Amino acid sequence: MSTVMEPSIEVDSLAATRIPDKTGVAVGPRRVLRRVTFDDAFNLVGALAGSMSTATLLFGWVTPLTGVIGWLVLAYLFFLALYTALTWMRSDTQEVVDRVVTVLLISAGAVLLAALLFVVFFTLIRGAEALPHLNFFTQTMQSTGPLDPLTQGGILHAIVGTLIQISIALAITIPLGLATAVFLNEVGGTFARIVRTVVEAMTALPSVVAGLFVYASFVLLVSHQRNGFAAALAITVMMLPIVIRSADVVLRLVAANLREASFALGTTHWRTVWHVVLPTARSGLMTAIILGTARGIGETAPVLLTSGMTGVLNLNPFEGPMVSLPLQIFSFIGSPEPLMVARGFGTAAVLLVLVLGLFVAARAIGGRGPGELSNGQRRRAHQRSLDDLGRIEALASHMSSVGAPASRHSQNGSHP
Amino acid sequence: MTRLPVFSRSAVQDGVGDRPEPRAITTRSSPTDVMFRAIVRSAGVATVGIMLAVGLFLALRASTALSVVGPSFLTTQEWSPDTQTFGVAAVLFGTFSIAIIALTVSLPLSLGTALLLSEVVRGRLRQALISLVDLMAAVPSIVFGLWGFFFLQAAIIPVSRWISTYLGWIPIFAVTDPNGDALTDANAFTSSAFIAGIVVGLMVVPIQTSIMREAFSQAPPGEREGAYALGATRWGVIKTVVLPFGRGGVIGGTMLGLGRALGETIAVYMIISPIFFINWEVLKSGTNSVSALIALRYSEASEFGLSALMAAGLVLFLITLVVNFSASLIVARSRSGAGSEA
Repeated sequence: MSTVMEPSIEVDSLAATRIPDKTGVAVGPRRVLRRVTFDDAFNLVGALAGSMSTATLLFGWVTPLTGVIGWLVLAYLFFLALYTALTWMRSDTQEVVDRVVTVLLISAGAVLLAALLFVVFFTLIRGAEALPHLNFFTQTMQSTGPLDPLTQGGILHAIVGTLIQISIALAITIPLGLATAVFLNEVGGTFARIVRTVVEAMTALPSVVAGLFVYASFVLLVSHQRNGFAAALAITVMMLPIVIRSADVVLRLVAANLREASFALGTTHWRTVWHVVLPTARSGLMTAIILGTARGIGETAPVLLTSGMTGVLNLNPFEGPMVSLPLQIFSFIGSPEPLMVARGFGTAAVLLVLVLGLFVAARAIGGRGPGELSNGQRRRAHQRSLDDLGRIEALASHMSSVGAPASRHSQNGSHP
Repeated sequence: MTRLPVFSRSAVQDGVGDRPEPRAITTRSSPTDVMFRAIVRSAGVATVGIMLAVGLFLALRASTALSVVGPSFLTTQEWSPDTQTFGVAAVLFGTFSIAIIALTVSLPLSLGTALLLSEVVRGRLRQALISLVDLMAAVPSIVFGLWGFFFLQAAIIPVSRWISTYLGWIPIFAVTDPNGDALTDANAFTSSAFIAGIVVGLMVVPIQTSIMREAFSQAPPGEREGAYALGATRWGVIKTVVLPFGRGGVIGGTMLGLGRALGETIAVYMIISPIFFINWEVLKSGTNSVSALIALRYSEASEFGLSALMAAGLVLFLITLVVNFSASLIVARSRSGAGSEA
């Protein structure tokens, strides 16, 4: 459109929106809206101090109550009552209810996070006894008895076992899981709907039942022994539906217009999937796989039934028992010896760090939506398009210098 | 400009104009595409094959045991397959009592935390807390089991004793010996369904919280701001907008948590002391669960005993299947409903 629209009628001065002229008008400092008022702070601190003193009085002097948990519960109840009463003095019912509910919500969050962090740090701290000994990571339990000190024996066999089992499980899960997810999203149809329903049903399979299935089918009928491969199969049966479901969700988020643009350029279906859909969803797919791996590594029940127990390093998944980290924890803490329990906690700390590390990695990779680029990727993409521009310009100047019809390029002024 | 050829109806009828037949649109896939589709389809077939194999194998092997005892499988409490008297009544009761205690613990915590994360906390702190809760969902269950066995077991006994002393008039909180006299010995309170339930409850809180929080954060901003504009307090907004819109998420999240709690094995197995009769006194030592039963008995089981375990596993699987399916149905329905009214 080359014609410029001119306002053809006089605008009524009353109807027009005008921004008021602010020159010369004093603007005060911006008010802080979220500041805690004196009343609020007084209510909170007063209720806290009052409740704690009342509880302490009751426990020490007035009544013969004892116990930390009892004190906490009583102090909390007093706090709620005092806080309600204090707020009531200045506010109406609506506000009192609002304040009390906010306190309840915050206490629910605080209790939950405290409990969960306590679970994690309890393991890490009790595991600290065994972890500083380097032999814990380089030796096996082959010649270490329950009474030997922590400077002997280690969990190398369990670490190696976990790595071998999860590798086998991933070698089956990744291709099969991703191909199935691609099938669900790219091919579709009635059969795909059936597959999706079956996969969804299988995420409900309790992990111990997956273990029982592999034990009754593979171990008893095929291999006639418990070994690493059976454990890997049990982990696969458990992990596969999890990976397929999350990969399916990720692939569904790939924008349809990217696919259509690719088809419009005349590509085949396969090339569209390989060059457009999968790269776009790469970070989400990585996340799906890593989270599945974290679940697979951490589950005890399937390997309990299938892998067998040993203290010896076994590198062959098809022959003889092969222990993994969760199972080794289970076997350590079954012992009444405190040193074995310490080893169990050390192993649990290793497993916990491994799983949480995987989770953090998944977050770092998968924090972005499909098609969103990291800084490095954006830089590389920018560089690629600069390279392309240079190539095109070089071609254009070459064309114009040899006298080829390059009039369109010279019109754009893309070369001097 | 693209112009469509004009065909007058009369001309076509007269046979003067020759109206072309619409072209049949066909796609001829390239050989790579045919192969690609065949490969991914076979992956789908393989996946369904594996999953159906699990289900069919379980059902087939279970039927051997089920055909022997018939419907009494659901009502018998004992578990001794080698004398042909076995049933899941006791273990199912234990499974459900642990799961219900777990939900009693987890529901207030997860509901409160989800509301806290979606309504109260803002900015960086909120992001950090959300990540932390999600991170906790990845903690392996054996770590929870360790905590429950080595810490909670001893720490919770005074609480159990207090409840049984002062609330013992409610039958499920009583702890009595076979003569009906109240027990106060510490040993009577260890390895109970109560302790296992607390541990499992903490374990399922993160997943429940994240589903509920997601549902709450999808409450339409229009209604939310409308409520604030009418002078509602934060609780007013939560009560009138967030909770009604997030109801599906609360129910669905709770049921997904229930599904997890029913299937949990290792933490329960570590804490409980297995019994094979129904114990209504949840604070009293001794309970059982289907998955703990499987972990306990698989290695010494005969061919027939294994088939009986399969039957127990099948029952558990069917229950979690129903729970999970209805949960995802409820979550999905609430999602679409919230979108259409926004």
